[in-house]
Amino acid sequence: MTYEVLGITVLWLFLYGYLIVASIDFGAGFFHYYNKESKKDYRINKLIQRYLSPVWEITNVFLVFFFIGIVGFFPDTAYYYGSALLVPGSISIILLAIRGSYYAFNTYGAKDNRLYSFLYGATGLLIPASFTVVLTISEGGFLEVTDDRVQLQYGALFSSGYSWSVVILAIVSVLYISAMFLTYYANRAGDPQAYQLFRKYALFWSAPTIAACVLIFFTLSQHNPEHFSSMISIGWVFFLSLLFFCAAVALVYQGKYLGLAFVLVMLQYGTAWFGYGASHLPYLLYPYLTIYDGFVNEAMAIALIAAFIGGLLLLIPSLYLAMRLFLFDDEYVQGKK
Amino acid sequence: MFEADPVMLSRILTGLTLAFHVIFATLGVGVPIMIALAEWMGIRRNDPHYTMLARRWARGFVITVAVGVVTGTAIGLQLSLLWPNFMQVAGQVIALPMFMEVFAFFFEAIFLGIYLYTWDRFKSKVRHFLLIIPVILGATASAFFITTVNAFMNTPQGFELVDGVMRNIQPLEAMFNPATPTKTAHVIITCYLTSAFILAMIAAWKLFRGNDHAYHKKGLHLSMVAAFIFSIGTVLIGDLSGKFLAEYQPEKLAAAEWHFETETEAPLVLGGVLNDEGEVEYALEIPYALSILAYGTPGAEVEGLNETPEDLWPPLWVHYAFDLMVFIGMYLTFISGAYLAIYKFKRHLLYNRPLLFGIIAGGPLAFVAIQSGWFYAEVGRQPWILNGLMKTAEGATQADHVGLMLILFILLYLFLGISTVLVLRGMFKKKPAEQELYERGIETRGDSA
Repeated sequence: MTYEVLGITVLWLFLYGYLIVASIDFGAGFFHYYNKESKKDYRINKLIQRYLSPVWEITNVFLVFFFIGIVGFFPDTAYYYGSALLVPGSISIILLAIRGSYYAFNTYGAKDNRLYSFLYGATGLLIPASFTVVLTISEGGFLEVTDDRVQLQYGALFSSGYSWSVVILAIVSVLYISAMFLTYYANRAGDPQAYQLFRKYALFWSAPTIAACVLIFFTLSQHNPEHFSSMISIGWVFFLSLLFFCAAVALVYQGKYLGLAFVLVMLQYGTAWFGYGASHLPYLLYPYLTIYDGFVNEAMAIALIAAFIGGLLLLIPSLYLAMRLFLFDDEYVQGKK
Repeated sequence: MFEADPVMLSRILTGLTLAFHVIFATLGVGVPIMIALAEWMGIRRNDPHYTMLARRWARGFVITVAVGVVTGTAIGLQLSLLWPNFMQVAGQVIALPMFMEVFAFFFEAIFLGIYLYTWDRFKSKVRHFLLIIPVILGATASAFFITTVNAFMNTPQGFELVDGVMRNIQPLEAMFNPATPTKTAHVIITCYLTSAFILAMIAAWKLFRGNDHAYHKKGLHLSMVAAFIFSIGTVLIGDLSGKFLAEYQPEKLAAAEWHFETETEAPLVLGGVLNDEGEVEYALEIPYALSILAYGTPGAEVEGLNETPEDLWPPLWVHYAFDLMVFIGMYLTFISGAYLAIYKFKRHLLYNRPLLFGIIAGGPLAFVAIQSGWFYAEVGRQPWILNGLMKTAEGATQADHVGLMLILFILLYLFLGISTVLVLRGMFKKKPAEQELYERGIETRGDSA
């Protein structure tokens, strides 16, 4: 494996981690607000908070890791994406800032505030939508690149079927992943009411999820045939993803092996995510930037990989400790600690 | 036209984000150590007041951490959004410390979550205390790593610039550049100092308002002792920073001191104004002091600003920022020293109102010093973004709408700033320390030792 491929694989893995943990987080924020407004049992929201409170900051770091890491490994991305994404990137920052701080204000602050809860619930759905711009423009066709300038073509972006289908997939995925996780979590907490509610949400959002995937395939084949054909050539990966999806939904429907069901959800997104990523290579930004022409110099690549390994040696035991205390500790999950 | 200049607008937006972020970042680095001190005292002396201090500080701390995290995320992304050309070039070299900063922050985030949610979970109090250690290490390490990036921008080294591309890179040499030791040490110690003063301010305010509960007295004492130690450290490291500047960035020091002619036995200029002819008026001059500050001997020759071509001069107003920072630093040492002196020799006068007022003023002043220090450090290296190599104008984005983004971010920071204050006020007003001590069964109502 070359340094380039190693670098992008590591970054892609972290983005995948962010996709899973942030989806749980964003969806939970939305459900929290929705449950509050529709006067569902207050205990259900306590359950959501019990999961989120110790981990929200960790979730955020996955994202920071990715965007610092990509500039580190591929400094040219800073030029292309940085120039093109000033406006959408700034909007994402503002949404993230509102969400993170109002989450903390609402949770740790003096009182449960309706406006604060709304702000963090609503931004939870807008953030994934605003992030999708990055994935969309990576397919090419939305930038005007001249010698000294990179400009995003807003007209092309807003009129593209592909860009809208990515937005739809992002939003329904957030709700689906989150509901699947919370179904499992509520069951562990021994809270039948919350469990039934989240199970309902999970099953409800499974159909649009798969529909959005089909839509993506179709619009991508129109927008970037080259990428589409390389996706077809590893079509078995996406078929596998479909199988994981069916198995996960079947388990939740029967209400059995919910932990396994969530692992299947992770595999479903994992296979699709890495299939998508692998078929997009070698391009970081089609057709301007590949992983080979934007790569950091070799000395720095070695230093980064060394730092990465050192960092992981520190992080993995710490993450394990955090998970054992908050995710796999029955008494904590049930609210007894 | 000013409005249409994306370079100026990018500078303002970056400055604004950093100025807002640094408030929370400073507390983020400094408060954990104070929490640890309080919790440790609580264990050592078996005194629940100190444990309560740690708990309540930690609770307020989460709010400031949240805003610190989101504004830190903002500046991390804005670096690429507003300075894409700079990041494309410098990304080859600063990637390592930035990456390590994220790891340090990750480490801190994990243990902060654990620390906050395990107050009553372990049988052993020491075990819970140990969880704050990685938070301190992570917070301080991230301050260290990110400051090395800034140090690199001041004294770039560890590469060769060939046709605008950095080659032959030595990552560690770039990270441990000449500015690194003084800059990182100065940043970290002033974070500790400022946080100690902010916490002292809260206790002093309670005592000033006539509340004489032992809880507040202990809070004041702990934070004043810490503040005095940190302020001594600040003065010593500040002096080393001056010597560093004289050697490596003489134009920055000269701009701060309005020192135009190269001369020996150089005086230090305090205050004053520059008239239209570029002469200093109404200033207080301390003979030899600049030579001592720069090289440690009164006879040393100090390079003047005239050695630098005028188009490469930093703006001369950085003099005020520099003076303000130094004055406040002195003041903080003085007031915490005064507290300790009175504590030792005239303890019956300890809670006199002028002293308490002086301590209360120290909190906001410490923040003014942080801001003016950073403005001095950053504006003082203009027009360079990479000192001597790349001008700030060459690093900025060419994109449209920077002005619009500036307005959006001003609104965001106003909104966040006001909410933070409201939330923190609400939190501590709703449940004063006395009430919480009572509810936890630590003491009966009205008890004060």
